[in-house]
Amino acid sequence: MKVRTVGYYFQEALTSLRRNGLMALASVGTVAVALLILGGALLTVLNANNIMKSVENELLISVYLQEGVDETAIGDLEQQINDTPGVAKSRFISKEESLEKLRQQFGETKGSLEFSRNPLPDSFEVNAEKSNLVKGIADKIRGLSGVEKVNYPAEVVQKLSTLVEWVRLIGAVIIILLALAAVFLISTTIRLTVFARRREIGIMKFLGATNWFIRWPFVLEGVFLGLAGALVSGLILYFVNFYIVEAVKQFPFMRVQTDMKDVYIILGSLLGGGIFIGAIGSVISVRKFLQV
Amino acid sequence: MIQMYNVSMIYPNGVKALTDVSLHVRKGDFIFLVGPSGAGKSTLTKLIFREELPTRGQIMVNGINIARMKDKEVPYLRRKIGVIFQDFRLLPNKSVYDNVAFALEVAEASSKEIKKLVPAVLKLVGLTNKADMLPTELSGGEQQRVSIARAIINNPIMIIADEPTGNLDPETSWEIMNLLVEINKLGTTIIMATHAKDIVDGLKKRVIAIENGRVVRDEQKGAYGYES
Ligand SMILES: Nc1ncnc2c1ncn2[C@@H]1O[C@H](COP(=O)(O)OP(=O)(O)O)[C@@H](O)[C@H]1O
Ligand SMILES: [Mg+2]
Repeated sequence: MKVRTVGYYFQEALTSLRRNGLMALASVGTVAVALLILGGALLTVLNANNIMKSVENELLISVYLQEGVDETAIGDLEQQINDTPGVAKSRFISKEESLEKLRQQFGETKGSLEFSRNPLPDSFEVNAEKSNLVKGIADKIRGLSGVEKVNYPAEVVQKLSTLVEWVRLIGAVIIILLALAAVFLISTTIRLTVFARRREIGIMKFLGATNWFIRWPFVLEGVFLGLAGALVSGLILYFVNFYIVEAVKQFPFMRVQTDMKDVYIILGSLLGGGIFIGAIGSVISVRKFLQV
Repeated sequence: MIQMYNVSMIYPNGVKALTDVSLHVRKGDFIFLVGPSGAGKSTLTKLIFREELPTRGQIMVNGINIARMKDKEVPYLRRKIGVIFQDFRLLPNKSVYDNVAFALEVAEASSKEIKKLVPAVLKLVGLTNKADMLPTELSGGEQQRVSIARAIINNPIMIIADEPTGNLDPETSWEIMNLLVEINKLGTTIIMATHAKDIVDGLKKRVIAIENGRVVRDEQKGAYGYES
């Protein structure tokens, strides 16, 4: 393929995009929405996986105490916790110790952690003997007096994996439907182009243009539409993800580390998806309406 | 150059456009296809550049059986055949130069070739000083000359013209015919469907008459043979 021929393909594709303004816009929009949902789902799954990975100790149960539980009560509680079957060990963490740990996590510079009153509760760190005992132990401790709240990472993991399943399922359905809509819109746009240029196509045919010489500008037009949609959705997702990750990082227990490599893979698959949708849409039209 | 053996053409709607046509065209021939409207002249020309496939029979063009030709090879056949129509079929938003260059672009010629060939061909048809004009700014005769320039620029072995003077006044028609006669003298075979009695009678070339899809007359130095 000669360079000037390729130049011709691009020029033709761009010209007809301009001519098709509104339809082109609708196509780009649909592709963008489809890919936005695809990217959103991928990012959710990715971030959820990262959170799950960041849960280092799945045997850990955090027990938060109510305000104003006195020392004897705390002693009683410790006894009761240690007597619970399946508990390997437990450790009391005072509210002061918690605050100190928090300070260390955020570094000295964070002035926002200077409180007039320590807002953190006293707590116990309880270790289960086996991961399948965690839920039972947590439920038992939840019933003890003086206990405000019981958390265990395994629970977070469980909830997240349920979420991931749903996101996968619903996402897949919506993505497929929207991708079909995008393919349809793009193929309609291309059909309009083919129709607007049927005279020219006829001339090209009797002048001896090969089928692909005639098709390429149309295929490129579709690819451009898909690519534009992918870029729009990619940009939106990039910033949305950036803000969400920044916001989530504020919670000390969520050490979300978005690997930039993963983000690039997602952006790459959006671009790939856009090109794919665009190419499919135009090839359908070109095959159907460009009898060469 | 062209051999047709028992060619029949039935359109999908059942119209029998050609029935059992056998023809021989030699290199350098100048042939007028005559006959009433609907006789099958245009269909015959379309079979030659494989716009249509025959329902039955064989067609050899330049030694190749085009009835059996693969679709992929058709463009290369068409590049060897220049086609001219009554309605010129120029691209309205391209200049004269670009319209002619388009035939080379479609054939994926280099820009060097394009820059060399287009001015030469425009000179041949006498349109050098109108190269930058749009087709709408030209007279009918000039537009037809653009389409002739486009038809010959790939140095075709033959030119097929379907009523090329159908939209032109008699004087302009003769200018176009003189151009085609010149091109024929350079060795290009010409097959022209026409209703122009004066021209056919004046030029005394080979005449093939078609009626109801059948060849009813084929004579050297023939005449039009119908009342116009
Ligand atoms: N594309 C087509 N589909 C169906 N019938 C056609 C088509 N083209 C031509 N015909 C029919 O075939 C016959 C021959 O047409 P044509 O070759 O155009 O004749 P001519 O050029 O001699 O006037 C006519 O009856 C015409 O109606
Ligand atoms: Mg006709």
